[in-house]
Amino acid sequence: MSAQAGSPALLGRLAVSPARRRRDRVARSAILAATLLALVPLVLIVYYLLKKGLGSWSPSFFTTDPTGNTFFKNSTIGGIKSAIFGTIEMVALASAIAIPLGIGVALWLVEYGRNSRFAQTVRFFVDVLTGVPSIVFGLFVYIVLVVGTHSTYAGYKGSIALSLLMLPVVIRSAEVILMLVPAGLRESALALGSPRWRVIAKVVLPTALPGMVTGVLLAVARAAGETAPLLFTAASTHKTTTDLGAFMNSLPVQIYSDVTSPTASVVDRAWGAALTLVVLILLLNLIARLISRRSRLA
Amino acid sequence: MTSSRPTTHVTDIDPESAAGAPGSANEMAATGRQSIVADRAAPADSARQVQAGLGVKLEGLRAFYGKAEQVKGIDVDFKANEVTAIIGPSGCGKSTMIRCINRMHEEIPGAHAEGRVMLDGVDVYGPGIDVVAVRRAIGMVFQKPNPFPTMSIFDNVASGLRLTARRGDLQAKVERALRSAGLWDEVSDRLSEAGAGLSGGQQQRLCIARSLAVEPEVILMDEPCSALDPIATLKIEELIDELKQRVTIVIVTHNMQQAARVADRTAFMLAGELVEVGPTQEIFTKPKDSRTEEYVTGKFG
Repeated sequence: MSAQAGSPALLGRLAVSPARRRRDRVARSAILAATLLALVPLVLIVYYLLKKGLGSWSPSFFTTDPTGNTFFKNSTIGGIKSAIFGTIEMVALASAIAIPLGIGVALWLVEYGRNSRFAQTVRFFVDVLTGVPSIVFGLFVYIVLVVGTHSTYAGYKGSIALSLLMLPVVIRSAEVILMLVPAGLRESALALGSPRWRVIAKVVLPTALPGMVTGVLLAVARAAGETAPLLFTAASTHKTTTDLGAFMNSLPVQIYSDVTSPTASVVDRAWGAALTLVVLILLLNLIARLISRRSRLA
Repeated sequence: MTSSRPTTHVTDIDPESAAGAPGSANEMAATGRQSIVADRAAPADSARQVQAGLGVKLEGLRAFYGKAEQVKGIDVDFKANEVTAIIGPSGCGKSTMIRCINRMHEEIPGAHAEGRVMLDGVDVYGPGIDVVAVRRAIGMVFQKPNPFPTMSIFDNVASGLRLTARRGDLQAKVERALRSAGLWDEVSDRLSEAGAGLSGGQQQRLCIARSLAVEPEVILMDEPCSALDPIATLKIEELIDELKQRVTIVIVTHNMQQAARVADRTAFMLAGELVEVGPTQEIFTKPKDSRTEEYVTGKFG
Protein backbone atom coordinates (compact mmCIF):
# COMPACT_ATOMS: atom_id res chain seq x y z
CA MET A 1 0.00 0.00 0.00
CA SER A 2 1.40 3.36 -0.92
CA ALA A 3 1.80 5.88 1.86
CA GLN A 4 -1.07 8.32 2.12
CA ALA A 5 -0.82 11.93 3.06
CA GLY A 6 -3.22 13.19 5.73
CA SER A 7 -3.48 12.99 9.46
CA PRO A 8 -2.66 9.58 10.92
CA ALA A 9 -5.69 9.83 13.19
CA LEU A 10 -8.10 10.14 10.26
CA LEU A 11 -6.22 7.49 8.36
CA GLY A 12 -6.58 5.15 11.31
CA ARG A 13 -10.30 5.84 11.51
CA LEU A 14 -10.88 5.15 7.82
CA ALA A 15 -8.62 2.11 7.50
CA VAL A 16 -10.12 -1.40 7.30
CA SER A 17 -9.68 -2.97 10.72
CA PRO A 18 -7.96 -6.38 10.91
CA ALA A 19 -11.05 -7.84 12.60
CA ARG A 20 -13.27 -6.84 9.71
CA ARG A 21 -10.78 -8.14 7.22
CA ARG A 22 -10.85 -11.46 9.07
CA ARG A 23 -14.63 -11.63 9.21
CA ASP A 24 -14.82 -10.83 5.53
CA ARG A 25 -12.42 -13.63 4.71
CA VAL A 26 -14.28 -16.15 6.87
CA ALA A 27 -17.66 -15.24 5.36
CA ARG A 28 -16.36 -15.42 1.82
CA SER A 29 -14.75 -18.82 2.37
CA ALA A 30 -17.95 -20.14 3.97
CA ILE A 31 -20.02 -19.14 0.95
CA LEU A 32 -17.47 -20.57 -1.42
CA ALA A 33 -17.39 -23.83 0.55
CA ALA A 34 -21.19 -24.07 0.39
CA THR A 35 -21.06 -23.58 -3.37
CA LEU A 36 -18.42 -26.26 -3.81
CA LEU A 37 -20.32 -28.64 -1.55
CA ALA A 38 -23.48 -28.17 -3.60
CA LEU A 39 -21.49 -28.80 -6.76
CA VAL A 40 -20.25 -32.20 -5.56
CA PRO A 41 -23.48 -34.17 -6.11
CA LEU A 42 -24.25 -32.25 -9.31
CA VAL A 43 -20.88 -33.10 -10.82
CA LEU A 44 -21.06 -36.68 -9.57
CA ILE A 45 -24.48 -37.21 -11.11
CA VAL A 46 -23.36 -35.95 -14.49
CA TYR A 47 -20.15 -37.97 -14.21
CA TYR A 48 -21.97 -41.20 -13.34
CA LEU A 49 -24.56 -40.66 -16.02
CA LEU A 50 -21.89 -40.21 -18.64
CA LYS A 51 -19.74 -43.03 -17.37
CA LYS A 52 -22.50 -45.60 -17.06
CA GLY A 53 -24.86 -44.32 -19.73
CA LEU A 54 -22.54 -43.65 -22.63
CA GLY A 55 -21.50 -47.29 -22.68
CA SER A 56 -24.94 -48.48 -23.69
CA TRP A 57 -25.42 -45.79 -26.33
CA SER A 58 -25.23 -47.10 -29.87
CA PRO A 59 -27.22 -46.43 -33.03
CA SER A 60 -29.44 -49.44 -32.39
CA PHE A 61 -30.04 -48.25 -28.81
CA PHE A 62 -32.07 -45.35 -30.22
CA THR A 63 -33.60 -47.12 -33.21
CA THR A 64 -34.98 -50.32 -31.71
CA ASP A 65 -37.80 -50.93 -29.29
CA PRO A 66 -37.17 -52.93 -26.13
CA THR A 67 -37.90 -56.57 -26.80
CA GLY A 68 -39.13 -57.39 -23.36
CA ASN A 69 -36.94 -60.47 -23.39
CA THR A 70 -34.65 -59.84 -20.44
CA PHE A 71 -34.53 -63.28 -18.89
CA PHE A 72 -31.16 -64.51 -20.08
CA LYS A 73 -27.74 -63.05 -19.98
CA ASN A 74 -27.40 -63.18 -23.75
CA SER A 75 -30.97 -62.10 -24.64
CA THR A 76 -31.35 -59.32 -27.18
CA ILE A 77 -32.95 -56.70 -24.95
CA GLY A 78 -33.38 -53.97 -27.58
CA GLY A 79 -33.16 -50.23 -27.26
CA ILE A 80 -35.36 -47.40 -25.97
CA LYS A 81 -36.97 -46.03 -29.12
CA SER A 82 -40.52 -46.44 -27.85
CA ALA A 83 -39.61 -44.78 -24.56
CA ILE A 84 -38.12 -41.73 -26.29
CA PHE A 85 -41.10 -41.34 -28.59
CA GLY A 86 -43.57 -41.95 -25.80
CA THR A 87 -41.99 -39.32 -23.58
CA ILE A 88 -41.85 -36.77 -26.37
CA GLU A 89 -45.45 -37.38 -27.40
CA MET A 90 -46.92 -37.40 -23.92
CA VAL A 91 -44.94 -34.39 -22.72
CA ALA A 92 -45.85 -32.50 -25.91
CA LEU A 93 -49.55 -33.12 -25.34
CA ALA A 94 -49.23 -32.30 -21.64
CA SER A 95 -47.46 -29.04 -22.53
CA ALA A 96 -50.10 -28.20 -25.11
CA ILE A 97 -52.68 -28.50 -22.35
CA ALA A 98 -50.85 -27.01 -19.38
CA ILE A 99 -48.91 -24.10 -20.90
CA PRO A 100 -51.75 -22.13 -22.50
CA LEU A 101 -54.05 -22.94 -19.61
CA GLY A 102 -51.46 -22.00 -17.01
CA ILE A 103 -50.45 -18.75 -18.70
CA GLY A 104 -54.12 -17.92 -19.08
CA VAL A 105 -54.68 -18.40 -15.35
CA ALA A 106 -51.58 -16.33 -14.54
CA LEU A 107 -52.75 -13.54 -16.85
CA TRP A 108 -56.14 -13.52 -15.24
CA LEU A 109 -54.65 -13.44 -11.76
CA VAL A 110 -52.26 -10.57 -12.53
CA GLU A 111 -54.28 -8.46 -14.96
CA TYR A 112 -57.84 -8.97 -13.82
CA GLY A 113 -58.23 -10.88 -10.58
CA ARG A 114 -55.50 -8.97 -8.75
CA ASN A 115 -56.35 -9.07 -5.06
CA SER A 116 -59.98 -10.05 -5.28
CA ARG A 117 -61.17 -12.79 -2.96
CA PHE A 118 -61.62 -15.22 -5.84
CA ALA A 119 -58.09 -14.54 -7.08
CA GLN A 120 -56.71 -15.17 -3.60
CA THR A 121 -58.63 -18.44 -3.45
CA VAL A 122 -57.26 -19.49 -6.82
CA ARG A 123 -53.72 -18.67 -5.65
CA PHE A 124 -54.24 -20.73 -2.52
CA PHE A 125 -55.37 -23.78 -4.47
CA VAL A 126 -52.56 -23.41 -6.95
CA ASP A 127 -50.13 -23.40 -4.04
CA VAL A 128 -51.76 -26.51 -2.64
CA LEU A 129 -51.48 -28.19 -6.05
CA THR A 130 -47.78 -27.35 -6.18
CA GLY A 131 -47.26 -29.43 -3.06
CA VAL A 132 -49.29 -32.43 -4.15
CA PRO A 133 -47.05 -35.50 -4.69
CA SER A 134 -46.93 -36.57 -8.31
CA ILE A 135 -48.30 -40.02 -7.59
CA VAL A 136 -51.53 -38.41 -6.41
CA PHE A 137 -52.06 -36.88 -9.85
CA GLY A 138 -51.48 -40.32 -11.32
CA LEU A 139 -53.98 -41.88 -8.92
CA PHE A 140 -56.52 -39.14 -9.63
CA VAL A 141 -56.37 -39.70 -13.36
CA TYR A 142 -56.40 -43.47 -12.78
CA ILE A 143 -59.57 -43.24 -10.72
CA VAL A 144 -61.33 -40.80 -13.01
CA LEU A 145 -60.20 -41.78 -16.50
CA VAL A 146 -59.17 -45.43 -16.17
CA VAL A 147 -61.40 -46.95 -13.51
CA GLY A 148 -64.10 -44.33 -13.87
CA THR A 149 -64.60 -44.96 -17.55
CA HIS A 150 -64.19 -48.73 -17.28
CA SER A 151 -61.41 -48.52 -19.82
CA THR A 152 -57.70 -49.05 -19.73
CA TYR A 153 -54.42 -47.14 -19.88
CA ALA A 154 -53.66 -44.70 -22.67
CA GLY A 155 -51.00 -42.19 -23.60
CA TYR A 156 -53.36 -39.25 -23.42
CA LYS A 157 -54.33 -40.18 -19.88
CA GLY A 158 -50.67 -40.02 -18.98
CA SER A 159 -50.51 -36.61 -20.65
CA ILE A 160 -53.41 -35.37 -18.56
CA ALA A 161 -51.73 -36.53 -15.37
CA LEU A 162 -48.53 -34.79 -16.44
CA SER A 163 -50.39 -31.60 -17.37
CA LEU A 164 -52.01 -31.51 -13.92
CA LEU A 165 -48.53 -31.72 -12.48
CA MET A 166 -47.24 -28.94 -14.73
CA LEU A 167 -50.16 -26.58 -14.29
CA PRO A 168 -49.34 -25.12 -10.86
CA VAL A 169 -45.67 -24.71 -11.78
CA VAL A 170 -46.59 -22.87 -14.98
CA ILE A 171 -49.16 -20.68 -13.23
CA ARG A 172 -46.92 -19.69 -10.35
CA SER A 173 -43.83 -18.97 -12.41
CA ALA A 174 -45.77 -17.07 -15.09
CA GLU A 175 -47.56 -15.06 -12.42
CA VAL A 176 -44.31 -14.01 -10.78
CA ILE A 177 -42.85 -12.94 -14.11
CA LEU A 178 -45.99 -11.07 -15.18
CA MET A 179 -45.95 -9.15 -11.91
CA LEU A 180 -42.41 -8.06 -12.72
CA VAL A 181 -43.56 -6.30 -15.89
CA PRO A 182 -43.42 -2.64 -14.87
CA ALA A 183 -46.82 -1.08 -14.23
CA GLY A 184 -45.61 1.94 -16.20
CA LEU A 185 -45.55 -0.09 -19.39
CA ARG A 186 -49.16 -1.13 -18.99
CA GLU A 187 -50.10 2.43 -18.14
CA SER A 188 -48.41 3.96 -21.13
CA ALA A 189 -49.93 1.40 -23.45
CA LEU A 190 -53.38 2.03 -21.96
CA ALA A 191 -52.80 5.77 -22.21
CA LEU A 192 -52.17 5.36 -25.94
CA GLY A 193 -55.76 4.28 -26.18
CA SER A 194 -55.33 0.58 -26.63
CA PRO A 195 -57.82 -1.94 -25.32
CA ARG A 196 -56.58 -4.02 -22.41
CA TRP A 197 -56.38 -7.27 -24.36
CA ARG A 198 -54.07 -5.60 -26.87
CA VAL A 199 -51.92 -4.21 -24.07
CA ILE A 200 -51.59 -7.74 -22.74
CA ALA A 201 -50.93 -9.34 -26.11
CA LYS A 202 -48.54 -6.76 -27.52
CA VAL A 203 -46.78 -5.31 -24.50
CA VAL A 204 -47.14 -7.44 -21.38
CA LEU A 205 -46.65 -10.90 -22.88
CA PRO A 206 -43.67 -10.04 -25.12
CA THR A 207 -41.97 -8.29 -22.20
CA ALA A 208 -42.54 -11.27 -19.93
CA LEU A 209 -41.73 -13.91 -22.55
CA PRO A 210 -38.07 -14.67 -21.78
CA GLY A 211 -38.85 -15.07 -18.09
CA MET A 212 -41.90 -17.20 -18.73
CA VAL A 213 -39.88 -19.54 -20.94
CA THR A 214 -37.73 -20.39 -17.94
CA GLY A 215 -40.70 -21.28 -15.78
CA VAL A 216 -42.36 -23.26 -18.54
CA LEU A 217 -39.15 -25.20 -19.15
CA LEU A 218 -38.92 -26.09 -15.48
CA ALA A 219 -42.44 -27.47 -15.68
CA VAL A 220 -41.73 -29.39 -18.88
CA ALA A 221 -38.53 -30.83 -17.44
CA ARG A 222 -40.31 -31.86 -14.30
CA ALA A 223 -43.06 -33.57 -16.29
CA ALA A 224 -40.59 -35.31 -18.58
CA GLY A 225 -38.82 -36.86 -15.61
CA GLU A 226 -41.91 -38.09 -13.75
CA THR A 227 -42.58 -41.80 -13.36
CA ALA A 228 -45.38 -41.95 -10.84
CA PRO A 229 -48.14 -40.18 -12.80
CA LEU A 230 -47.53 -42.46 -15.78
CA LEU A 231 -47.41 -45.85 -14.04
CA PHE A 232 -51.13 -46.39 -13.94
CA THR A 233 -52.26 -43.97 -16.61
CA ALA A 234 -50.11 -44.71 -19.66
CA ALA A 235 -48.63 -47.93 -18.29
CA SER A 236 -45.74 -49.18 -20.32
CA THR A 237 -45.33 -51.11 -23.48
CA HIS A 238 -42.55 -52.14 -25.81
CA LYS A 239 -43.86 -50.92 -29.12
CA THR A 240 -43.37 -47.44 -30.47
CA THR A 241 -46.74 -45.89 -31.15
CA THR A 242 -48.08 -42.54 -32.27
CA ASP A 243 -51.54 -43.42 -31.03
CA LEU A 244 -52.12 -41.44 -27.85
CA GLY A 245 -55.14 -43.65 -27.20
CA ALA A 246 -52.95 -46.71 -26.76
CA PHE A 247 -50.55 -47.88 -24.07
CA MET A 248 -47.43 -45.80 -24.22
CA ASN A 249 -43.88 -46.29 -23.07
CA SER A 250 -41.84 -43.45 -21.57
CA LEU A 251 -38.27 -42.92 -20.47
CA PRO A 252 -38.92 -42.67 -16.72
CA VAL A 253 -41.10 -45.78 -16.70
CA GLN A 254 -38.55 -47.63 -18.81
CA ILE A 255 -35.80 -46.62 -16.38
CA TYR A 256 -37.97 -47.63 -13.45
CA SER A 257 -38.60 -51.10 -14.79
CA ASP A 258 -35.05 -51.58 -16.04
CA VAL A 259 -33.21 -50.75 -12.83
CA THR A 260 -35.19 -53.39 -10.98
CA SER A 261 -33.96 -56.06 -13.38
CA PRO A 262 -31.39 -58.59 -12.19
CA THR A 263 -29.79 -58.62 -15.62
CA ALA A 264 -26.73 -56.33 -15.84
CA SER A 265 -27.29 -55.35 -19.47
CA VAL A 266 -30.84 -54.22 -18.66
CA VAL A 267 -29.59 -52.08 -15.77
CA ASP A 268 -27.09 -50.58 -18.17
CA ARG A 269 -29.95 -49.74 -20.49
CA ALA A 270 -31.55 -47.82 -17.62
CA TRP A 271 -28.41 -45.70 -17.34
CA GLY A 272 -28.42 -45.10 -21.07
CA ALA A 273 -32.08 -44.09 -20.91
CA ALA A 274 -31.39 -41.75 -17.97
CA LEU A 275 -28.61 -40.05 -19.91
CA THR A 276 -30.94 -39.77 -22.89
CA LEU A 277 -33.59 -38.11 -20.73
CA VAL A 278 -31.11 -35.56 -19.39
CA VAL A 279 -29.81 -34.80 -22.88
CA LEU A 280 -33.38 -34.44 -24.21
CA ILE A 281 -34.23 -31.88 -21.54
CA LEU A 282 -30.95 -30.07 -22.16
CA LEU A 283 -31.72 -29.87 -25.88
CA LEU A 284 -35.21 -28.61 -25.16
CA ASN A 285 -33.73 -25.90 -22.94
CA LEU A 286 -31.32 -24.80 -25.62
CA ILE A 287 -33.97 -24.70 -28.33
CA ALA A 288 -36.44 -22.76 -26.20
CA ARG A 289 -33.78 -20.26 -25.21
CA LEU A 290 -32.74 -19.72 -28.79
CA ILE A 291 -36.34 -19.09 -29.78
CA SER A 292 -37.03 -16.70 -26.94
CA ARG A 293 -33.79 -14.85 -27.61
CA ARG A 294 -34.58 -14.46 -31.26
CA SER A 295 -37.98 -13.02 -30.44
CA ARG A 296 -36.33 -10.32 -28.38
CA LEU A 297 -34.47 -7.33 -29.70
CA ALA A 298 -30.77 -7.65 -30.23
CA MET B 1 -59.85 8.26 -36.18
CA THR B 2 -62.79 8.83 -33.94
CA SER B 3 -65.80 10.28 -35.63
CA SER B 4 -66.22 13.02 -33.06
CA ARG B 5 -63.13 14.91 -34.05
CA PRO B 6 -63.53 18.03 -36.18
CA THR B 7 -63.43 17.32 -39.85
CA THR B 8 -61.30 20.39 -40.38
CA HIS B 9 -58.38 18.71 -38.71
CA VAL B 10 -55.26 18.41 -40.79
CA THR B 11 -51.78 17.79 -39.54
CA ASP B 12 -49.35 20.60 -39.71
CA ILE B 13 -46.85 18.76 -41.84
CA ASP B 14 -47.63 17.80 -45.35
CA PRO B 15 -47.52 13.99 -45.30
CA GLU B 16 -46.09 13.90 -48.81
CA SER B 17 -43.04 15.94 -48.06
CA ALA B 18 -42.56 14.46 -44.61
CA ALA B 19 -42.68 10.91 -45.82
CA GLY B 20 -40.81 11.16 -49.08
CA ALA B 21 -38.00 13.60 -49.85
CA PRO B 22 -34.85 11.65 -49.08
CA GLY B 23 -32.80 14.84 -49.11
CA SER B 24 -35.02 16.62 -46.64
CA ALA B 25 -32.80 16.00 -43.64
CA ASN B 26 -29.88 17.59 -45.41
CA GLU B 27 -31.89 20.56 -46.46
CA MET B 28 -32.89 21.07 -42.89
CA ALA B 29 -29.34 20.90 -41.72
CA ALA B 30 -28.47 23.46 -44.37
CA THR B 31 -30.97 25.96 -43.08
CA GLY B 32 -29.17 25.72 -39.76
CA ARG B 33 -32.20 26.56 -37.70
CA GLN B 34 -31.71 26.26 -33.98
CA SER B 35 -35.06 24.81 -33.14
CA ILE B 36 -34.89 21.15 -32.28
CA VAL B 37 -38.01 20.66 -34.32
CA ALA B 38 -36.00 21.76 -37.29
CA ASP B 39 -38.33 20.34 -39.86
CA ARG B 40 -41.54 22.02 -38.92
CA ALA B 41 -43.55 23.58 -41.64
CA ALA B 42 -42.11 26.82 -42.89
CA PRO B 43 -43.84 29.99 -41.70
CA ALA B 44 -45.67 30.31 -44.98
CA ASP B 45 -47.27 26.93 -44.38
CA SER B 46 -48.28 27.67 -40.85
CA ALA B 47 -51.08 29.86 -42.10
CA ARG B 48 -53.01 26.81 -43.16
CA GLN B 49 -52.43 25.06 -39.86
CA VAL B 50 -55.70 24.35 -38.20
CA GLN B 51 -56.06 24.66 -34.48
CA ALA B 52 -56.36 21.03 -33.60
CA GLY B 53 -56.29 20.98 -29.84
CA LEU B 54 -59.47 20.67 -27.87
CA GLY B 55 -60.30 22.42 -24.61
CA VAL B 56 -60.77 20.47 -21.40
CA LYS B 57 -62.97 21.68 -18.59
CA LEU B 58 -63.10 20.08 -15.16
CA GLU B 59 -66.34 20.52 -13.28
CA GLY B 60 -66.37 19.58 -9.61
CA LEU B 61 -63.76 16.86 -10.13
CA ARG B 62 -63.13 14.74 -7.08
CA ALA B 63 -60.79 11.75 -7.00
CA PHE B 64 -60.58 9.00 -4.43
CA TYR B 65 -58.24 6.21 -3.47
CA GLY B 66 -60.59 3.90 -1.68
CA LYS B 67 -62.28 6.28 0.77
CA ALA B 68 -59.47 8.81 0.89
CA GLU B 69 -60.31 11.92 -1.09
CA GLN B 70 -57.20 13.14 -2.87
CA VAL B 71 -58.73 15.71 -5.22
CA LYS B 72 -61.47 17.67 -3.52
CA GLY B 73 -63.65 19.28 -6.10
CA ILE B 74 -61.81 21.14 -8.82
CA ASP B 75 -63.21 23.46 -11.46
CA VAL B 76 -60.75 24.57 -14.08
CA ASP B 77 -60.69 25.32 -17.76
CA PHE B 78 -57.75 24.15 -19.87
CA LYS B 79 -58.04 26.20 -23.03
CA ALA B 80 -57.44 24.67 -26.43
CA ASN B 81 -53.91 24.99 -27.80
CA GLU B 82 -52.56 26.43 -24.61
CA VAL B 83 -50.02 25.01 -22.20
CA THR B 84 -51.33 24.93 -18.66
CA ALA B 85 -48.91 24.06 -15.88
CA ILE B 86 -50.07 22.53 -12.61
CA ILE B 87 -47.83 23.38 -9.69
CA GLY B 88 -48.07 22.58 -6.01
CA PRO B 89 -46.24 20.74 -3.25
CA SER B 90 -45.79 16.97 -3.27
CA GLY B 91 -48.94 15.02 -2.55
CA CYS B 92 -51.30 17.88 -3.36
CA GLY B 93 -53.12 15.81 -5.99
CA LYS B 94 -51.61 17.27 -9.17
CA SER B 95 -50.87 13.91 -10.77
CA THR B 96 -54.10 12.38 -9.55
CA MET B 97 -55.99 15.26 -11.08
CA ILE B 98 -54.49 14.96 -14.55
CA ARG B 99 -54.80 11.19 -14.44
CA CYS B 100 -58.53 11.73 -14.09
CA ILE B 101 -58.61 13.65 -17.36
CA ASN B 102 -57.86 10.61 -19.53
CA ARG B 103 -59.42 8.23 -17.04
CA MET B 104 -56.14 6.58 -16.06
CA HIS B 105 -56.93 7.18 -12.40
CA GLU B 106 -59.52 4.41 -12.41
CA GLU B 107 -56.87 1.87 -13.46
CA ILE B 108 -55.57 1.89 -9.90
CA PRO B 109 -57.44 -0.74 -7.86
CA GLY B 110 -59.95 0.92 -5.56
CA ALA B 111 -59.62 4.33 -7.13
CA HIS B 112 -62.50 6.28 -8.61
CA ALA B 113 -63.40 9.80 -9.68
CA GLU B 114 -66.51 11.94 -9.45
CA GLY B 115 -67.54 15.07 -11.26
CA ARG B 116 -67.23 15.93 -14.90
CA VAL B 117 -64.36 16.21 -17.33
CA MET B 118 -65.61 17.98 -20.42
CA LEU B 119 -63.56 17.43 -23.56
CA ASP B 120 -64.84 20.13 -25.91
CA GLY B 121 -68.26 19.84 -24.34
CA VAL B 122 -68.39 16.03 -24.04
CA ASP B 123 -68.18 14.51 -20.56
CA VAL B 124 -65.55 11.76 -20.76
CA TYR B 125 -67.18 10.14 -17.73
CA GLY B 126 -70.59 10.26 -19.39
CA PRO B 127 -72.67 7.17 -20.07
CA GLY B 128 -71.78 5.25 -23.20
CA ILE B 129 -68.32 6.80 -23.43
CA ASP B 130 -65.57 4.36 -24.41
CA VAL B 131 -62.60 4.82 -22.11
CA VAL B 132 -60.29 3.52 -24.83
CA ALA B 133 -61.48 6.20 -27.26
CA VAL B 134 -61.03 8.86 -24.57
CA ARG B 135 -57.39 7.87 -24.19
CA ARG B 136 -56.85 8.07 -27.92
CA ALA B 137 -58.05 11.65 -27.85
CA ILE B 138 -56.15 12.53 -24.66
CA GLY B 139 -52.58 11.24 -24.68
CA MET B 140 -50.26 11.03 -21.73
CA VAL B 141 -46.53 11.25 -21.10
CA PHE B 142 -45.31 9.86 -17.81
CA GLN B 143 -42.68 10.90 -15.33
CA LYS B 144 -40.29 8.11 -16.14
CA PRO B 145 -39.46 7.54 -19.79
CA ASN B 146 -40.85 4.08 -20.47
CA PRO B 147 -40.38 2.93 -24.04
CA PHE B 148 -41.61 -0.62 -24.58
CA PRO B 149 -38.48 -2.70 -23.93
CA THR B 150 -39.24 -5.42 -26.45
CA MET B 151 -39.75 -2.97 -29.31
CA SER B 152 -37.45 -1.08 -31.65
CA ILE B 153 -37.56 2.71 -31.97
CA PHE B 154 -39.82 2.39 -34.99
CA ASP B 155 -42.10 -0.13 -33.32
CA ASN B 156 -42.36 2.01 -30.21
CA VAL B 157 -43.70 4.93 -32.20
CA ALA B 158 -45.87 2.63 -34.30
CA SER B 159 -47.13 0.85 -31.19
CA GLY B 160 -49.93 3.31 -30.56
CA LEU B 161 -51.16 2.89 -34.10
CA ARG B 162 -50.82 -0.87 -33.95
CA LEU B 163 -52.30 -1.13 -30.48
CA THR B 164 -55.28 0.83 -31.61
CA ALA B 165 -55.49 -1.11 -34.86
CA ARG B 166 -55.15 1.99 -36.97
CA ARG B 167 -52.39 1.24 -39.39
CA GLY B 168 -52.55 3.25 -42.56
CA ASP B 169 -49.14 4.27 -43.80
CA LEU B 170 -47.10 3.36 -40.71
CA GLN B 171 -43.81 4.47 -42.21
CA ALA B 172 -45.03 7.99 -42.90
CA LYS B 173 -46.87 8.31 -39.62
CA VAL B 174 -43.89 7.15 -37.59
CA GLU B 175 -41.58 9.55 -39.37
CA ARG B 176 -44.00 12.43 -38.88
CA ALA B 177 -44.34 11.68 -35.17
CA LEU B 178 -40.57 11.41 -34.71
CA ARG B 179 -40.05 14.68 -36.55
CA SER B 180 -42.68 16.37 -34.44
CA ALA B 181 -40.95 15.13 -31.33
CA GLY B 182 -37.64 16.48 -32.61
CA LEU B 183 -36.09 13.05 -32.58
CA TRP B 184 -35.99 12.13 -36.25
CA ASP B 185 -32.52 13.46 -37.01
CA GLU B 186 -31.06 11.60 -34.06
CA VAL B 187 -32.61 8.20 -34.75
CA SER B 188 -33.49 8.05 -38.45
CA ASP B 189 -30.52 5.80 -39.21
CA ARG B 190 -31.23 3.32 -36.41
CA LEU B 191 -34.98 2.92 -36.31
CA SER B 192 -34.67 -0.82 -35.86
CA GLU B 193 -32.55 -0.56 -32.72
CA ALA B 194 -34.03 -0.97 -29.26
CA GLY B 195 -35.84 2.05 -27.90
CA ALA B 196 -34.37 1.31 -24.50
CA GLY B 197 -30.89 1.98 -25.88
CA LEU B 198 -31.51 5.72 -26.22
CA SER B 199 -30.51 8.28 -23.61
CA GLY B 200 -33.06 9.32 -21.01
CA GLY B 201 -33.96 12.52 -22.83
CA GLN B 202 -34.25 10.73 -26.15
CA GLN B 203 -36.40 8.06 -24.54
CA GLN B 204 -38.76 10.69 -23.21
CA ARG B 205 -39.01 12.31 -26.65
CA LEU B 206 -39.60 8.83 -28.04
CA CYS B 207 -42.50 8.51 -25.60
CA ILE B 208 -43.79 11.89 -26.74
CA ALA B 209 -43.51 10.75 -30.37
CA ARG B 210 -45.39 7.60 -29.40
CA SER B 211 -48.22 9.70 -27.96
CA LEU B 212 -48.22 12.05 -30.96
CA ALA B 213 -48.45 9.19 -33.44
CA VAL B 214 -52.06 8.48 -32.55
CA GLU B 215 -52.83 12.19 -33.08
CA PRO B 216 -54.49 13.11 -29.82
CA GLU B 217 -56.08 16.53 -29.27
CA VAL B 218 -54.78 16.85 -25.71
CA ILE B 219 -51.51 15.68 -24.19
CA LEU B 220 -51.13 15.32 -20.44
CA MET B 221 -47.61 15.40 -19.10
CA ASP B 222 -46.92 14.16 -15.61
CA GLU B 223 -43.59 15.70 -14.62
CA PRO B 224 -42.05 14.70 -17.94
CA CYS B 225 -38.65 16.20 -17.15
CA SER B 226 -38.13 15.17 -13.57
CA ALA B 227 -35.86 12.28 -14.57
CA LEU B 228 -33.90 14.28 -17.15
CA ASP B 229 -30.82 16.46 -17.14
CA PRO B 230 -31.08 20.22 -17.87
CA ILE B 231 -30.20 19.95 -21.55
CA ALA B 232 -32.71 17.18 -22.20
CA THR B 233 -35.22 19.20 -20.19
CA LEU B 234 -34.62 22.23 -22.38
CA LYS B 235 -35.29 20.17 -25.49
CA ILE B 236 -38.57 18.91 -24.12
CA GLU B 237 -39.57 22.43 -23.15
CA GLU B 238 -38.84 23.72 -26.65
CA LEU B 239 -40.85 20.82 -27.96
CA ILE B 240 -43.81 21.66 -25.74
CA ASP B 241 -43.76 25.16 -27.14
CA GLU B 242 -43.93 23.81 -30.68
CA LEU B 243 -46.54 21.18 -29.94
CA LYS B 244 -49.11 23.53 -28.50
CA GLN B 245 -49.89 24.68 -32.00
CA ARG B 246 -51.74 21.48 -32.52
CA VAL B 247 -52.54 20.02 -29.14
CA THR B 248 -53.69 21.27 -25.80
CA ILE B 249 -51.08 20.54 -23.15
CA VAL B 250 -51.52 20.11 -19.42
CA ILE B 251 -48.23 19.65 -17.63
CA VAL B 252 -47.66 18.79 -14.01
CA THR B 253 -44.35 20.06 -12.77
CA HIS B 254 -42.43 20.32 -9.55
CA ASN B 255 -40.23 22.90 -11.08
CA MET B 256 -41.64 26.41 -10.89
CA GLN B 257 -39.09 27.76 -13.34
CA GLN B 258 -40.30 25.21 -15.81
CA ALA B 259 -43.87 26.33 -15.37
CA ALA B 260 -42.75 29.93 -15.90
CA ARG B 261 -40.86 28.95 -19.05
CA VAL B 262 -43.43 26.80 -20.83
CA ALA B 263 -46.88 27.58 -19.57
CA ASP B 264 -49.39 30.12 -20.87
CA ARG B 265 -51.43 29.62 -17.76
CA THR B 266 -50.56 28.14 -14.42
CA ALA B 267 -52.73 26.51 -11.79
CA PHE B 268 -51.66 26.21 -8.17
CA MET B 269 -52.96 23.27 -6.16
CA LEU B 270 -52.77 22.68 -2.44
CA ALA B 271 -54.09 19.73 -0.45
CA GLY B 272 -56.37 18.53 -3.23
CA GLU B 273 -57.85 21.91 -3.96
CA LEU B 274 -57.25 24.40 -6.70
CA VAL B 275 -56.08 27.59 -5.04
CA GLU B 276 -55.64 29.78 -8.05
CA VAL B 277 -55.37 29.63 -11.80
CA GLY B 278 -54.41 32.39 -14.18
CA PRO B 279 -51.91 33.63 -16.73
CA THR B 280 -48.48 32.35 -15.71
CA GLN B 281 -47.08 35.85 -15.48
CA GLU B 282 -49.76 36.81 -12.97
CA ILE B 283 -49.43 33.70 -10.83
CA PHE B 284 -45.72 34.31 -10.41
CA THR B 285 -45.71 38.09 -10.09
CA LYS B 286 -48.98 39.17 -8.56
CA PRO B 287 -50.94 36.18 -7.29
CA LYS B 288 -54.31 36.91 -5.77
CA ASP B 289 -54.08 34.32 -3.04
CA SER B 290 -51.53 34.67 -0.25
CA ARG B 291 -50.89 30.89 -0.26
CA THR B 292 -49.93 31.05 -3.93
CA GLU B 293 -47.55 33.89 -3.18
CA GLU B 294 -45.97 31.96 -0.32
CA TYR B 295 -45.50 28.93 -2.53
CA VAL B 296 -44.08 30.68 -5.58
CA THR B 297 -41.71 32.70 -3.43
CA GLY B 298 -40.44 29.52 -1.84
CA LYS B 299 -41.83 29.96 1.67
CA PHE B 300 -43.03 26.33 1.69
CA GLY B 301 -43.29 23.25 -0.50
